[in-house]
Amino acid sequence: MANAILTEIKKQPLSFTLPTVGAAGAFAGLFIGTAQGSGLLGIVVGALLLAGLAYVAMEVLGHEKERMFKYGIIALFLVAGYLAGGVPGLVVGGLFGWFFSFFIYWIGEGRYRAKLAPYLTAGQVLWHYSFLVIAGSIFVFLITPILVVMPLSFNAENFFTFTPEMLRFDPEGYSLRHYRNFFTSNEWQSALRNSLMIAPAATILSVSFGTLAAIGLSQPHVPFRRAIMAILISPMIVPLIISAAGMYFFYSRIGLQGTYLGVVLAHAALGIPFVIITVTATLVGFDRSLTRAAANMGANPVTTFFRVQMPLILPGVISGGLFAFITSFDEVVVVLFVGSAKQQTLPWQMFIGLREQISPTILAVATILVGVSICLLTVVELLRRRSERLRGMSPG
Amino acid sequence: MIFKKTLMATTALTVAASGAFAQDMADSMTIVSWGGAYQSSQQKAYSEPYVAMHPDVSVTWDESSNEAVAKLRAMNEAGNITWDLVDVVAADAIRLCDEGLAMEYDPEELLAPGDDGSSAEDDFGDLIVSDCYIPQIVYSTTFGYRTDMVPEGVEPPSQICDVFDVEKYPGKRALEKRPINNMEWALLCDGVAKDDVYDVLETAEGQDQALAKLDTIKDDVIWWSAGADTPQLLADGEVFMGSTYNGRLYSVIVEQEQPVAMMWDAQVFDLDGWIIPTGLPEDRLARVKDFVKFATDTTRLADQAKYISYGPARASSAPLVPEDMKQHMPTDPANAGNTFLYNYSFWADYRDDIDAKFQSWLAK
Repeated sequence: MANAILTEIKKQPLSFTLPTVGAAGAFAGLFIGTAQGSGLLGIVVGALLLAGLAYVAMEVLGHEKERMFKYGIIALFLVAGYLAGGVPGLVVGGLFGWFFSFFIYWIGEGRYRAKLAPYLTAGQVLWHYSFLVIAGSIFVFLITPILVVMPLSFNAENFFTFTPEMLRFDPEGYSLRHYRNFFTSNEWQSALRNSLMIAPAATILSVSFGTLAAIGLSQPHVPFRRAIMAILISPMIVPLIISAAGMYFFYSRIGLQGTYLGVVLAHAALGIPFVIITVTATLVGFDRSLTRAAANMGANPVTTFFRVQMPLILPGVISGGLFAFITSFDEVVVVLFVGSAKQQTLPWQMFIGLREQISPTILAVATILVGVSICLLTVVELLRRRSERLRGMSPG
Repeated sequence: MIFKKTLMATTALTVAASGAFAQDMADSMTIVSWGGAYQSSQQKAYSEPYVAMHPDVSVTWDESSNEAVAKLRAMNEAGNITWDLVDVVAADAIRLCDEGLAMEYDPEELLAPGDDGSSAEDDFGDLIVSDCYIPQIVYSTTFGYRTDMVPEGVEPPSQICDVFDVEKYPGKRALEKRPINNMEWALLCDGVAKDDVYDVLETAEGQDQALAKLDTIKDDVIWWSAGADTPQLLADGEVFMGSTYNGRLYSVIVEQEQPVAMMWDAQVFDLDGWIIPTGLPEDRLARVKDFVKFATDTTRLADQAKYISYGPARASSAPLVPEDMKQHMPTDPANAGNTFLYNYSFWADYRDDIDAKFQSWLAK
């Protein structure tokens, strides 16, 4: 399926190929030129260079020598990059060479139409690729902050700085010292321990209460369902700082402020809405006649719940639980109020670390947390697919 | 009979004495400080030796000094004081004392006399700026600059007015995002004599004069709000020079080995110290008093100077500061040629007005 050619491809006229490739070259030249001091010069040189290369590829070498041309271009860009900027230039040059050697043939040979329906107009084809570029740019925009943090966490220095050694890819410039610091420092370890104690406890509470509430609220005969639902979901909507200040005064009065139990309860309250929402969503697809059938066979409601209903809504319960876990694990505002220094969690430690002592240990921790979050979200996604498959919503 | 009497008296005394010692002291303490290198110097010099002497005591450190005033107010309102000892700068201590959130104390009773025989009150001298304040260290806000960014053929900056000279020393400067210190420096470099600075700053024209001087470098300023910002900016080469606390610069220069040097001219001295929150239960108060007496004696204050370049608040500690550390102290004669002492009473009176003016100037 994936490799089928929908449209016959044919070589494009030079009047199309040269300007298109030239424009792409000008675009790349703009960045390189600006970095070197003159954006305008970069545009002109980039456009001319790429248009020239495209002419050579299309008219002189042609389709048969494509492979040779590609290796030649990559080697050329590698050498040029290395001469201009050392090892980092080498990498950037290699990437440019690889991309443009592909791009020239992709445009020149008309391959860009191969996988699109033959009846599309030129405008529609352009929009198709513009759309991909826009979506890609948004993705880059969202992901760049995380991508910057990761290499910085391997910094050998004590600052948030890309040192010259790092940019030269010199092994001296990289180190695991901030990771070591995280695993050996008492403060970070006790913060990690606190987070690992508080988050699962809060998750268990949120999952139990949230699931029960969702099941109860999905019964048609419960009065004031909407009002109760709105109240239960409110911690998600009310600004955190307001919940936090309210909890602080309330918990102080009843002696829960500065205790583990207090923090766990506060986080459970924040996690419950996520569980209610995901479980309610799975309950929509739940067939009520199954519980009636179970009752008909003599099962009591508890057995029915655990043997019939629970296995079917499990994906919703688990993904709600994961959200509750991440909420508690990432939460800093409420714990600052409700906790005391003994309940200092990871986000709290990161927060004060960032304010008092800008240390890349925070970046190391952030990288580890990003890894954990990716794992958790992958699990959620896999469960979602499984649930869709079970409900026959996708062919999977 | 006499023997029996003596015995009874001794027993009574012993009981009384042991009673006094075992006067119920809580076995845990929450101490609030600033985190970072400063807090770790306090841990090494004060709490670690104290815990070694009293193994049953556990100390928790809370890095919340930045919001100490707000948090103490909330705790007071909620009737739930969870902190036992709070590290704050003098200005905050004065505010907390005025609001009744910090406990007034008697220096002679709470603090140990100096090792040189002087009374605690004389030993700390003028530094006890409030009845609630137990000073620990003298620090200064001063400038550091990148040695590798000094223009070719120009001598490195050494005067406060070099900060305002963008012709001679082009490059970004990092200044704190508040009027305190910046206004004084601006006036000094606008031809106001040191003794007249606060008289001029009292008037609206004087404030405008200071802001006008700051205007001349506004485009070259990156404003910082946390003590760690300037070290990061200097290490990045993002700024040429910047103000921050001298201990932060010490760590950048000596521990992180960055190409940065100090510029001590017109440094502003300030104090950092403890306050004890009001309303602590008896047992916790007893423990805190015991700890404070230990942590502020001559030896402990001098010990702290081994770990960070802040000057001990006791006169009797000064001779005990290690030789190699003395040159980094703000109070060292070589560095203290031209200094300011943070003017608490002036800023207490004018802070709100000048703050508002400064913020609206910033937004312009």
